[in-house]
Amino acid sequence: MIDRRLLTNIDWMLIGFVVAISLLGIMNIYSATTTYKIVGAPYYLKQFNWFLFGMVVVTVVCSVDYHFLEDFSYWLYGFLIVLLVAVLVVGRRSMGATRWLSLGFFTIQPSELMKIVIIATFAKYFAGRQTVNGLSIREVLFPLGILAVPAVLIMKQPDLGTAVLVILIALSIAICVGLKWSTVVTFAVVTIPAVWLGWTKVLRPYQKDRILDFFNPERSRLGSGYHIIQSKIAVGSGGVFGKGFVKGTQSQLRFLPEQHTDFAFSVFAEEWGFIGCLVLIILYLSLVLWGLNIARRCNDRFGSLLAVGVTAMLFWHTVINMGMVIGLFPVVGVPLPFFSYGGTSMITSMVGIGILQNISMRRFMF
Amino acid sequence: MTEQRFVREITESKRRILILSFVVAGIFFLLLLRLWHLQILSVDDYRNMSENNRLRFVPVAASRGAILDRNGTVLVSNQPSFSLAVVPQEVTNRDELLDRLAKLLGLDRAEVNERWEKGKGRARYYPIILASNISRDQVEIVEENHLRLQGVEIEMKPVREYVSGVLAAHLLGYIGEISEEELSAKGFENFNPGDYLGKNGIERSWEMELHGTDGGRQLEVDARGRVLRTISESYPTVGNSVVLTIDANLQKEAEKAFGDQAGAVVAMDVNTGEVLAFVSKPGFDPALFSGKMPADTWKEYLEDKRHPLENKALTGQYPPGSTFKIITALAGLEDGKIDEKTTVNCGGSYKLGNSIFNCWKRHGHGVTNLKKALRESCDVYFYQLGERLGVDRIAAMAKRFMLGAPMGIGLAHEKGGMIPTAEWKLKRFAQRWFHGETLSVAIGQGYVLMTPIQLASMIATVANEGTVYRPFLVKRIIDADGKPLKEFKPESMGTTGISADKFRLVKQGLFAVVNEPGGTGGAARLYDVHVAGKTGSSQVVKLRDSKQATPYQYRDHALFVAFAPYEKPEIAVAVVVEHGEHGGSAAGPIAGRILRAWFDGKKPAKKESAGLKKNGDEGDAAESPAPPVRDQSGNGDNSDD
Repeated sequence: MIDRRLLTNIDWMLIGFVVAISLLGIMNIYSATTTYKIVGAPYYLKQFNWFLFGMVVVTVVCSVDYHFLEDFSYWLYGFLIVLLVAVLVVGRRSMGATRWLSLGFFTIQPSELMKIVIIATFAKYFAGRQTVNGLSIREVLFPLGILAVPAVLIMKQPDLGTAVLVILIALSIAICVGLKWSTVVTFAVVTIPAVWLGWTKVLRPYQKDRILDFFNPERSRLGSGYHIIQSKIAVGSGGVFGKGFVKGTQSQLRFLPEQHTDFAFSVFAEEWGFIGCLVLIILYLSLVLWGLNIARRCNDRFGSLLAVGVTAMLFWHTVINMGMVIGLFPVVGVPLPFFSYGGTSMITSMVGIGILQNISMRRFMF
Repeated sequence: MTEQRFVREITESKRRILILSFVVAGIFFLLLLRLWHLQILSVDDYRNMSENNRLRFVPVAASRGAILDRNGTVLVSNQPSFSLAVVPQEVTNRDELLDRLAKLLGLDRAEVNERWEKGKGRARYYPIILASNISRDQVEIVEENHLRLQGVEIEMKPVREYVSGVLAAHLLGYIGEISEEELSAKGFENFNPGDYLGKNGIERSWEMELHGTDGGRQLEVDARGRVLRTISESYPTVGNSVVLTIDANLQKEAEKAFGDQAGAVVAMDVNTGEVLAFVSKPGFDPALFSGKMPADTWKEYLEDKRHPLENKALTGQYPPGSTFKIITALAGLEDGKIDEKTTVNCGGSYKLGNSIFNCWKRHGHGVTNLKKALRESCDVYFYQLGERLGVDRIAAMAKRFMLGAPMGIGLAHEKGGMIPTAEWKLKRFAQRWFHGETLSVAIGQGYVLMTPIQLASMIATVANEGTVYRPFLVKRIIDADGKPLKEFKPESMGTTGISADKFRLVKQGLFAVVNEPGGTGGAARLYDVHVAGKTGSSQVVKLRDSKQATPYQYRDHALFVAFAPYEKPEIAVAVVVEHGEHGGSAAGPIAGRILRAWFDGKKPAKKESAGLKKNGDEGDAAESPAPPVRDQSGNGDNSDD
């Protein structure tokens, strides 16, 4: 299936950034979990396996021409909506939320897959429509519907983080397509009351707590505000050069919550300081800019929007996670791509990289 | 057309992606700015916070110094006290554990449960005390069953032990947890909340010596509060011990002699000012103040009419009554108003203007000279003398004895008594002095007030013929190994400037009080040592008639001041029995028993105390040229009687 010409076009830059970030991540997970009671393989080794598996996923994804997605995106969308409903009905509960669906031999998280599928769906939808002066309100109504269905289903699980991400990804694609000013204004007029409604009716108490805690971490020093404070202490105490590998007191003495997953960056910042953070942020920035570059170079409108969508997904994950760790955003369970421990995040991100690679490789084929 | 539009759209889209790239770069730059702020600008704050997170300082209280009497008898020391504690986070089945503990140790299940509930709000991994002051047997049971009592700990801390119970309670004082006000007060900068310190008495005055230096351990803990390792440790230094001038046996005897009555005793070495006994009755149990005071005991203390919590020796101010005649007599002798031959005819009362001043003896003493006036405590003699002297001359003599101001015994809140003058009255009441009031002052009534310390000092000064020693309670400070650190020398506050022969005249009268027929102080007589003294009864209120019906709180105070031996005085004692009515019958026997105990106690250890005395004498010699004169005068007196 793989054309030999394609092999010569492999985007090594893209792969390079991903490998660099992933290896830093694995190293960091090693440090973050030294004090954990380990059952079975250690976390960093498992993460390394997920990374290897992710590279296989990249290979598989880029071996199939991305136009396959264009043909099947609506079908995939429909299929995932069914899965999301199924999750709510028969899903496995874990930590107060129902996110997983057991398919017998393994479990999947449909909301995670939805991130990719919404990209494909939006890309396909907008690629088929021609707009010059930006989208009018009437033109965004239908895509809004496409977005609303999964967003509401995911929020119901409840998984605020993923729902917000799905919305942000879709919004990013829409912005790239272009919005009329009137659309933006109308949107704002409608959203503000909606947010108020959401606050009073939809959000769970713990979600409200997290948002309130974010705005005032002192509100509950030992509640969820505690996470933000401890994370800021970890990051801030890192200083310029950091406390050194496996020497972060905040992480080694486990003052940090979920320090190998959502707060992995906090561990890194404490141990490697501002210099380490600078390196990591430059790597992420490069990855995102490279993704946008792929989108810009792609002469196929679907491919270009698809690349923008995938890049937006990586971008928003990165910014929200880091923003949370350094106290800029509320605590929402969003992992840092390639860096936080976890197979799901790794595979979703790698699927994204596969798509980007796919587009990048085939830019001359069109 | 469509083709053109398509191309336009593509270029437009590419332009937009370029703009997005800049936006993305901008947002990442914001993240970096924030990191700059946290990691470079605020690094010190966050470093501190992370250190505070990880480090716990656990203070280790220094063991408090002991308090000893002059002979090395321990009065206050420390005793280890064991508490049963539990770390709730380490307990898997709470009810089972509490059942087991209650059964093994015979504890009250409900109370243990209540303590657990009360302690629950604390920091994690902070032990809750389930039972304090458990016995060594109980400690042993816990240790034997250690494996079945997961999460249970035994905590040891030193507890103040007042070896002789209520003995000298007011003098020794007690300790307690530092109060809010003390924490913010000057001089307490080194104290932390929860620290114990002296609240009263010697425990308070000598806090800085007794306390020692607290140590502490700096521990590294994890987020759950579990101790991982000790980073640094400083060992506490045991506090120094205080050696009192008090003689524990004498103190014990004095307290015993007092029985149930209320009042105070101060006994002191006439040649140094060392306080040998310092009693305030009734007493209290200082251990109760250091630990948990039962509510009803507290109430009992507060409601007792005899005021057990008041340190009467230190803060009690009493009209000295007839004991003050010593001062009036000396004032008369010094001023040349009287000599030993001067006589007054006592007819039982004295008329001044329109007022009649009664002598305590209705029928009068007849012709009375100074010796008889002292011996039989004739009021009329002193009324007349007082009238001739005027209040200010009496006050001037009292001032020579350093009366009317605190003597500086070294305990907080010492009272100064009151020596009135005409000027004082004018200032205080905007009223001139009346002659009648002088008569009251002459017999130690009216405005005159003295503390038991001052009474003792006054009689000691008479005994040593002129030197006012500052009464003091602490002989020396020693460290934990017994090595002396500080030695306190007798301190003269001044001399009266009265010649020895005048003192001798008064002393002859005081000798007669105890040893001659008709003397009011016969109850203090000893068979082998000559005691000299003066009785006193001081009016609480003026109703002298129907005495049987006088309620307790209106009865006169009974006083007795004495020194012995008459020939070569060593010890002075002042006894005040509140509402004891008659100095001779209520206070006199107590003084007698104290002196008896002193001279009995000296017998086996005569050599040692003789040595000590010699040192004392040398100290005197440096300060006053009196000793040789005193010896002679002692012999002279002896031959006289």
